[in-house]
Formats: sequence, structure tokens, C-alpha cells
Amino acid sequence: MTFLKINNLSVDYQMRKETIYAAKNVNIEVNKGEILGLVGESGSGKSTVGNAIINLIDEPGKVSSGSVILGDINIHKNSESIVRYRGNKIGLIFQDPQTSLNPILTVGEQLIETIQTHLKLSKEEAKNKSINLLKEVGIKDAETRFDNYPHQFSGGMRQRVVISLALCCEPELLIADEPTTALDVSIQSQILGLIKKLTKERNLAVILITHDMGVIAETANRVAVMKNGNLVEIGETRKILNNPQENYTKSLVSSVPPTNKKISRFVIVEKENNNKKENNIKILNRWTKKEILNQELVELKNLNKSFDDNFFTENSKNSVMAVNDVSFAIKEGESFGLVGESGSGKSTIAKMIVNLFKPTSGDIFFDNVCITKIKQKSELMKFRKQIQMIFQDPYSSLNGRLKVKDIIAEPITLHNPSISNIELNNYIYDLLESVELNQKSADRYPHEFSGGQRQRISIARALATQPRLLVCDEPTSALDVSIQAQILNLLKDLQEQLNLTILFISHDLPVVRQMCDRIGVLKDGRLCEVSGTEDLFLKPTHEYTKELLHLMPKIESIYN
Amino acid sequence: MLQVDNKTLSNWERIKDSDIYHSFIKSPTAIVSSTILFIIFFCSFFVELITPYNPFDPSSLSLMDAFTPPSWTEDGIAKFILGTDGQGRDMLSTILYGCRISLIVGFSAIIFSLILGVGLGLTAGFFGGKYEMIVMRLTDVQLTVPSILMALLVDGIARGLISREMHDEMAIYVLIFAIGISEWPQFARVSRAATLVEKNKDYVSASTIIGVSNIIIMFKHILPNILRPVLVIGTIGLALAILAESTLSFLGVGVPPTTPSLGTLIRLGNDFLFSGEWWITFFPAIFLVILAFSINLLGDWMRDTLNPKLKK
Repeated sequence: MTFLKINNLSVDYQMRKETIYAAKNVNIEVNKGEILGLVGESGSGKSTVGNAIINLIDEPGKVSSGSVILGDINIHKNSESIVRYRGNKIGLIFQDPQTSLNPILTVGEQLIETIQTHLKLSKEEAKNKSINLLKEVGIKDAETRFDNYPHQFSGGMRQRVVISLALCCEPELLIADEPTTALDVSIQSQILGLIKKLTKERNLAVILITHDMGVIAETANRVAVMKNGNLVEIGETRKILNNPQENYTKSLVSSVPPTNKKISRFVIVEKENNNKKENNIKILNRWTKKEILNQELVELKNLNKSFDDNFFTENSKNSVMAVNDVSFAIKEGESFGLVGESGSGKSTIAKMIVNLFKPTSGDIFFDNVCITKIKQKSELMKFRKQIQMIFQDPYSSLNGRLKVKDIIAEPITLHNPSISNIELNNYIYDLLESVELNQKSADRYPHEFSGGQRQRISIARALATQPRLLVCDEPTSALDVSIQAQILNLLKDLQEQLNLTILFISHDLPVVRQMCDRIGVLKDGRLCEVSGTEDLFLKPTHEYTKELLHLMPKIESIYN
Repeated sequence: MLQVDNKTLSNWERIKDSDIYHSFIKSPTAIVSSTILFIIFFCSFFVELITPYNPFDPSSLSLMDAFTPPSWTEDGIAKFILGTDGQGRDMLSTILYGCRISLIVGFSAIIFSLILGVGLGLTAGFFGGKYEMIVMRLTDVQLTVPSILMALLVDGIARGLISREMHDEMAIYVLIFAIGISEWPQFARVSRAATLVEKNKDYVSASTIIGVSNIIIMFKHILPNILRPVLVIGTIGLALAILAESTLSFLGVGVPPTTPSLGTLIRLGNDFLFSGEWWITFFPAIFLVILAFSINLLGDWMRDTLNPKLKK
């Protein structure tokens, strides 16, 4: 039976220059006991729909038309009625468990407060109810944890507390907006499991908003695909993922890196300019291509890095070992993947290789020279030129005050001060075309570009010094899947044509599988295992690797 | 995927398209205060072209005109709109000349403290360690001394060091230094804080990896990115500097009476306040209030617009 019915819902944002339609005539129905996955890329309006149900749209946006019928009451009839339903009939779970709890109140106080606002219960009854709720969401020792503050919980536990808060007034509809995006894979699967369990036990109607097709495949019964505020397709998860009807859904599904096999390129359905292969050759003319000699380019030996917590006492017990006795080698022309959850030390290793951090002990060899012990600046510059890095966040990795051409010119003029202006411009244009941007981009500022385009600029800058090693620190984790597929394709092409060696760092196992020849798995600063990609995925030896592989959300799980 | 729209904007179009321009057009406070400021700046810097009198040319003065009240009062004369002072100088011209001196001192002092403060704050935030600690403790010490007291101290020392004849000539530089030295900790603190945020961003790391030297990273990359908050406190600091100048001149330690600033005019007029010649002190005072108020309003607007956290 249909429990929630969204009819022709539209949300407008009246901006200075134009009106932005964040949602256009969206029709969605959700039944009780069912999880509806709302999926789309950033800016597709999926969160807008979630917020519009409870009328939590920020100024200057407003719900311009449509109705939301819960049970058989139109809750959008007047603004007071929505307030009554919010938190009462409708529970909410947000993305970031760090900010959705009040840090100065204990978990218990927050639960009791919420319960007493909506239900007529005495303090004692409310307390009993909260403890039962905490137990239900899987918090051990609920009686003692009841008096703890949010910071005493880990990220996953905190999200459980948020879920218990959402459930405390017996809602019948639960809206979860990217509930696991801020969490590690192992915790993600626990939280999704919990949501599934609660849906069944409490007969809830759940709207799960996410960008992650893997999450959808594993949890949702039905899925609605959104793009630019429009509902593209809605139907059973299995049907939509196996046999998408709309072009957009097709491209979305084909962009998701498969977890069970390695493919050579991602198929980009939507874009027409697939056959622009000859682009990359432009930069080749300038490139002094290194022959692949099957020798080791980078070697890490017993690398350690500790961060001191305490400013005054050196070597205090508080120091955190971010990287603990890590040794591995990367061959020339290979792409090496480094996988681990947050805090496993993968970014720290990257920063030591590019010489942003000095290791506490241990050595890094590049081309058989120990680069950690170089004192002379001119010596160091030689290596700076050969090792470049691409960063995770395309919004902070480009200086917003410089034009794109000045950003790319910086490494060129620094390492080749005698270059003429014409030559410099030509080089910049070639670099831009190699990353599939047009020449006009050179005269623009970074804020005029989208995330994926910025990441391309970032790649062009990294290629400007003709490096041999490219360190990619989560280069696509801030991007949408379809953009991710394009960037990964680009990186693959560049590597193939320029014989680059790539160190690819990611938390995303399927992506690493597509990109890398060999993979190292990190946990708490220690290297668990290093092996060839296919070996690692098919016959993992280390316990932790097995666990990671078991827990990652698989889009293929729908086929079973 | 590559087609950003194909027109490239000129700088003027960029400005016209920006949110700052738009917010300016939408804010009556900003428009009114900047119009007033423009008029004041224009009139004081081109004062020779605007006023028929030169109050500093003794030959053009006539003691017969002394203590003429404003033109709209009973004894007023049309050619002296705001009346004259004890020496027969036209008040409006004197105010505009005085305002120029006040503005020159204010601007110079704020630029001096901006360069000093941002230089120290930027390097402190960037290099960190002991150097940062020393600089920041220095700002703490500086902030324990009230700025007027600091300025009086500097002025006193300068008087002791410079001979009496030299003093009148040097007074304006001493004043600039005295006000500037008491304002720099604000700039140092703000720019250090902003630098700490910026230096951890990836674009700084990217430049380091490329091999760009620290000096270039600081001035080419970080400095332009921390200028917004610095400009805001600079504007509000300008009002403070002008007021500080007036206060010092009012106390008699500022610019000499031969080249009066607004503060000097208020002090000179003060003697006549109770003998009925109110206009001699009233007009410079009201002028100073309008000037400082407009600068502050503009500064407030800038703070609201340039700080995305305050946006509604």
C-alpha cells in the first residue's frame, strides 16, 4: 500500500541571474516496509526532494508546486502541520554524524529532549525508551553510554545514535540523506545493515538518498534516478540496474567501476566525443619518453612517520605512528595502488614521497638515489621535477586568484626560465588539449570550471614538468561517478602514452582494481599485504584484505 | 564536457558580473557612504581648484573678516559659507585643507601598519615555530599598550630626539609612525590566522612539490588569498587612524597649527566655544564625524559582503 505519495513536486531557487529548478514535477511513491533509493549525481536534486518533503528548503528556495501526502493527509497544506510531522511521523538521518549531534549535551539528554517534545512521556519513561532505542540500534552498554557526550563515540557509533534519535518518536517515514558517505567501508555496511533491519522490523518507509550505486544495489528495493531536478527513471532496483531504459541511467551504470572484473576503459554513453584519441599525441612531441626497463623506480625502506601530539615534550607517549615500518617498491611504468580506510596513513606516505613531509626514520629511493637525505636545493629540484602529485580536492588544489594559464605556467617557467613567451603559450595549449580542455580555458579563472574540469587542470599542471612518477591522492573521490570514469580514462590514456609510473591512492577498491597493476593494503599505518591486482581480489591472503573485499558494496550483488 | 561557454570576459565585465558589484548596487548604505567619501576625497585633494581662498596664505587674509558667523545667520556674509575663524580664514576652505592632512596621515599610517602587520603575520603563519611565537607575543605586548598612549610615547621620544626647528617639519612623519605602530597587531593577527588556513590548502602543497620557493609561495599564492579580511580591517582601521590623528592633534601633539588638520581645528575652535563663536569648532567636528562614520559604514558593508559566513 502506498504510504508516501509525492505529487508533481517542484522546488525553485530564485537567484540573481536566473531561476534554478532544483526539482521539476517529481512524482514518487513509497510503500511501507520498503527502501526507495534516490540516486543521482551532485546537483541532481536528490537532497532537495528529501528536504522538500519536510519543507526544509533554505532561502531563497521554495516549494513552488505539488503536494506530499503521508498516509492520507497532505502535510504541505500549511507550514505548521509540517512542523508537527517533522521528527514525529518523519525521522531524518543526515550525512555527517559529527555535526548532527549537539556536542555539549549528552546523548541521553538529546534523546530525552526529542522524545518529550513529541510524545507525552515522563522523564523516567523517556529515559527507559531511549535506552531501549540505543540497544535496538546496536550500542552495547546502553545504560552507561546514555550519559556519554557525542565526542566519546566513534563515527559509526555516532551515526547509530543519530539513527536512534530519528527513530525515537516512532516515525513511519525515514529519510536518510547520504547516511554512510562520511564513513569507512566496514562501518558503512554495518549501518546499511541496521537500516535494512529496522525497515523490516518497524515496517518503515525509507528514502535512502545516495550517489553510490553500490549502496543502492545492496539495500534498496526500488530506485529512482534523478538528473538536473528531473526524475529520469523509477522502478525496481534489479530492473533498473540490469536493464536501464534511459540513456542517462545507462551511462550512470556503465560509469560505476565493476568490482568483479578489470575493464580496459569505461564506456561513456552520453558523450559523443569518444574518438578524440589523437589529442594526447600533441604533448608527446615534447616528451622525453622513458623506456620501460623493468627496474624499480621508487623504493620505500622501513619508512616511519610519527606525529607528536604534544608540543612541549618530544618523544612523548602521545605521538601517533601514522606510518609504521612500511617498505615496498614501484616498478617503472607500473601503476601501484595503495588502499586503506581513513587514518591508515596512505596520504602520509604520498606526502613523504613528494617530499612534503620528512619521514621520522627510513629512506625513500627514487631512481636508486635516496631522496630523503638530500640537503642541496638544486639536487632536490631535480627530483621535484620528476615527481608530481594530483590532489583529492579540486577546489583547494588550484589558486583561485590566478588564471589557468598562470597556474600551468608556474612549473614550466620555474624549471625552464629561458622559455620564450610563444613557446610557453604553445606548451600550455598542448597540455590543456592533452587533458581534453580547449585553449580558451587558459584565460579563465578556476572558479569558472566544474570539479572534473578543475581536476583536469590539476593533471595538466602535474604533467608540465614531464614527471616520471605521478602520485594521485584520491584523485576522483570528490567527483561524481560519470566524471570519475572520464578522469580515470584520461589517466589511463596518459599513462599508456607517456609511460608514466603512477602511485594511485584510494579508499575505493573497485576504482583501484580498474587502475592498478599491483596493490598494497594499509591498515593503521602498517602494510598488510602487497600483491598483483587480480591475485588480491581473487585470493586475498591477509585477514583484513578479506574483510575489506567482503564488505565493499557491490553493484553486482543485484545479479545474485 | 569541454565546452565552458565560449565567451571570455573582460575585466570590467568580470567586475560587473561579480557578487560584490551586485551587493553594492543593492545596498543603499554602501552607495550613500561611498558617495560621501568620494565627495570628501575629491574636495580635499583638489582643494586648490575648488576653494577661492587659501587659508595658509597670510596675504589673502583680513582680520576684518574674523569671527564672521555662517552665511545663513544674521551677521553672515555670503562669501564665507561656514563663517570664518579668529584670523579671518574661511572655515570651509580651512576644513577641506585640514581634511586633506587628516586623510594623508590616516592613509599613510594605515598603509605603514598594513605592510608591517601583514609582513610579520604572513611570515609568522607561514614559517611557524619560534619565529611565530616571538611575533605573536610581540603583538600581545603591543596590544597591552593603549594606542593613544603609544602614540603619545612615540611623539614624546621624537620630540626629545629632534631639534625644535626640525620638529614642525618632521611632525607629520612622527604622527604617521606613531599611529601606524599602534595599529599593526590587528593586521598581524588577521593575516597570520588567514595564512594558517591557506598554507594547508593543496594549491600551496602543489607549488611546493613543483619546487617554488617559499618567498614566491608567500607573496604570489598566499598573499592575494588573505587580502580580503585584511582589506576589511584596513578600512575600519582607516577610520580609527583618522580619529587617532585628530585626537593627537586635539591634544596638541599632532601636526602644528600652521598646517592644521581637523583635530587641530577642533582644538583651536574649542577656545571660542563658550564665547559664542560655536561654528569654529562645530563644523570641523561634524565633518570629522561624517568622515569616520562613512568609512565605518563602508567597512561594515565590505565585511558583510566579503565574509561568506555572514551571507544570508
